[in-house]
Amino acid sequence: MSSLNQADLGPDSGEAVSRREFLLRLGLTSALIAGAGLAARKLWQPKHFVPGFEKETGLQLANYALEPSKVYPSLAIAHGTEHEKTIRAAMTALGGMGRFIQKGDVVVIKPNVAFDRPPALAATTHPDALRAVAKLVMEAGASKILVADNPINSPTGCFLKSGLTAVASEMNLDLMYPEASSFAPLQLQGEILKHWTFFNAPFKKATKVIGLAPCKDHNLCHASMTTKNWYGLLGGRRNQFHQHIHSIVSDFALMMKPTLVILDGMNVLMSNGPTGGRLSDVKPMNTIVAGTDMVSVDAYGYSHLLERDIAELTYLHKAHDRGLGNINWEQTLHKEVQA
Amino acid sequence: MKDLLKLRNVRRVAQVFFFSLFLFFVFVTDLRYLKGYPVSLFLELDPLVAFATAITTHTVYMGLMWSLLLILPTLLFGRIFCNWICPYGILHHFTGWLLGKRRADERERIEANRYKKLYSLKYVILIAMIAAAIGGTLQIGWLDPICLFHRSMSTVILPALNLFVPSSVYVRQYFHVGAWIIGFMLLFLVGMNVLIPRFFCRVLCPLGAFLGTLSTAALWRIDRDPHKCVDCDLCLKSCEGASDPHTQLRKSECFVCFNCIEDCPEGAISFKFLPSLKREVSAPVVPARRAFLGTLIGLGFFAFGRTSGASDRNYDKKVIRPPGSVEEKDFLDRCIKCDQCIRTCPTNVLQPALMESGLEGVWTPILNMKIGFCEVNCTLCGQVCPTGAIQRITIEEKTGTGPFVDEGPVKLGTAFYDYGRCLPWAMETPCVVCEEVCPVSPKAIYSREVTILKRDGNPITLRRPYVDPALCIGCGICEHECPVTDEAAIRVSAVGETRSKDRRLLMDGGDVSSVRDLEKRQR
Repeated sequence: MSSLNQADLGPDSGEAVSRREFLLRLGLTSALIAGAGLAARKLWQPKHFVPGFEKETGLQLANYALEPSKVYPSLAIAHGTEHEKTIRAAMTALGGMGRFIQKGDVVVIKPNVAFDRPPALAATTHPDALRAVAKLVMEAGASKILVADNPINSPTGCFLKSGLTAVASEMNLDLMYPEASSFAPLQLQGEILKHWTFFNAPFKKATKVIGLAPCKDHNLCHASMTTKNWYGLLGGRRNQFHQHIHSIVSDFALMMKPTLVILDGMNVLMSNGPTGGRLSDVKPMNTIVAGTDMVSVDAYGYSHLLERDIAELTYLHKAHDRGLGNINWEQTLHKEVQA
Repeated sequence: MKDLLKLRNVRRVAQVFFFSLFLFFVFVTDLRYLKGYPVSLFLELDPLVAFATAITTHTVYMGLMWSLLLILPTLLFGRIFCNWICPYGILHHFTGWLLGKRRADERERIEANRYKKLYSLKYVILIAMIAAAIGGTLQIGWLDPICLFHRSMSTVILPALNLFVPSSVYVRQYFHVGAWIIGFMLLFLVGMNVLIPRFFCRVLCPLGAFLGTLSTAALWRIDRDPHKCVDCDLCLKSCEGASDPHTQLRKSECFVCFNCIEDCPEGAISFKFLPSLKREVSAPVVPARRAFLGTLIGLGFFAFGRTSGASDRNYDKKVIRPPGSVEEKDFLDRCIKCDQCIRTCPTNVLQPALMESGLEGVWTPILNMKIGFCEVNCTLCGQVCPTGAIQRITIEEKTGTGPFVDEGPVKLGTAFYDYGRCLPWAMETPCVVCEEVCPVSPKAIYSREVTILKRDGNPITLRRPYVDPALCIGCGICEHECPVTDEAAIRVSAVGETRSKDRRLLMDGGDVSSVRDLEKRQR
């Protein structure tokens, strides 16, 4: 700029600019015009759209289930007094953890830590249960275990006070909080669930998925067990789910095809669910149910742990009728053992 | 080597240390990292906080005893806090250097560091705040530098940092109502360093004024030897406090930064034990009429605020205070608006009030259930509160369990349904998310099954929710989780809070609390 000013104000200001300067200045202005035109063309949005009605797409979740076995039972019920022994007994009855987890597997364990509660209130997955399952999975040769849930209460508080943060650091598990960047849209041909934001970060590298749920009363849908547990993998406006709760919960059986589900019925939240709050809401039932079919597992849990009439558990019947599992667990290959 | 050991380098080490310590405390004021760190230490060291709350409450709350630690060096050396320890002073020192006239010529810098009459404003501010405290409202938090810096960190800087680097501070982004006001106030105060170096410290800081008053009695003081002095004014070049070391030192303005000693080419300036006061302006200069005006403003602030009625009959339903908070008028006696509670709240429910609790309650914490809810098993806000506006209650005291069954839980307010907005009540749609998330046992929200004919003539069975006011603790998770997100169909309002006898809803005993009585017997 300063050289131009000097030229303008100098004694020779009447003189024409040099050819070189003329071309440079003309070129610069032309380039600016052309650049603006090209940028506008590139960024131009020629059509309107209707806000809120854009076409949605999303990822499809992998199938983590094993091929059905004719030799091994698909459901195991173990009775005992200690988490580790009882879970081990249930897994042995199913054919051992080695049947499900191979060397090098990256395993997602999905606990239920929806609420900020101490373990004794049985509203969340018990830390002893997580420790026992993680131990078995490690023994089977897994290279990594990810623990993930999207709680209703504050995530850090839920993980901390349920005791799972302590287990994760003790056993070197990767605890994954539901950060904004952890979610991606999911696509599903569910009865109600078609597109929903999904807690996808843990599943980017996962090769196996284990659901580890407490057995709980629920105010609206009667019970929260291994099928309802997948609720914690969804984000967004989950408080709308209650409007079609039974259809939605049965959609979870379509959404997630886990390697294994484990229902922790050592201490069962019998009333005031799903939050509980008093020790008198909890009853020791000293049972672990494990299996490959969450519908069978939950059917046993509802009738034998929550001790209620399976006829009223609409979402499980819906899942059964849609071929997503077998509600008649007695008719499946099962095994009941004492730890 | 000798250069490295210069006084200003020693001071810089102290500044970096205390500033880092402050940042460390701010960062770990989070459920995940809190452990046992004394995260409110700087507030507890602040003698203005202890002094002003002692006026309003006639007590010195718990850790505020630590402020004695800071009074001692002030009585020995003067305002050493301002340029060695105060994180807000260090911020202004640094930003003043960064944005200020550091490259300008020496003369310009010397002129910028001359004492101005404007600098006595801070004493008027301090007098007004103390007068307000004597009247019965604590307002030091507006400008006390530690409160101001903590508040800016909690409501603006950390949320902004997390906005640019997601999940660096919070798992989910935090929001603070009116954060932009606090943010622009911070930018304004920092920006003013361009016009007047250390603008905040020299002109506004009530803590500086308090320490300046104390330093009248300091034993060690900057002293200029007039026989060696050649009147070059170079001692003003980096004078942080604008304390006129080139002529009669104003001890109350001196930040004890020691720059003048090292900037003096003649070695005329020294830090001396009990020098003669003849060459000094040894006490703050505040004209009596200004002091009187300050007193009037302070008493007026109290009177105008109180007679507006926001802390009395005309209290706002949105003034839902954190669990463990003392009764509203006592709360205004104690809260210093430092917003440490807001920083540590794990659900982001605590928000700085604007006008909800009146003139006196600006930036005091209230619960906003649209943004968060009060976690039942949590009393972190009371753990970090330095003044006891939120008392350090335990979980058992909060939930009314263990030995506290007879007292029952601390209630923050009461939830009320707006049935016209409620899906099962008004729109033939199943819902009761509120009942699901209600954390008390037995649940304060219960539902009754009804079968109704829908508009199309088909029957539908759904559950319609109710609140049992005897059981509701006002935690607000029902409101927070309600799918009617703009204005929830169930909303908590302040009435029913246990901290105030005047604002309770139900009498103890009687029919309405029978479930509560039953619950007590079962325990």
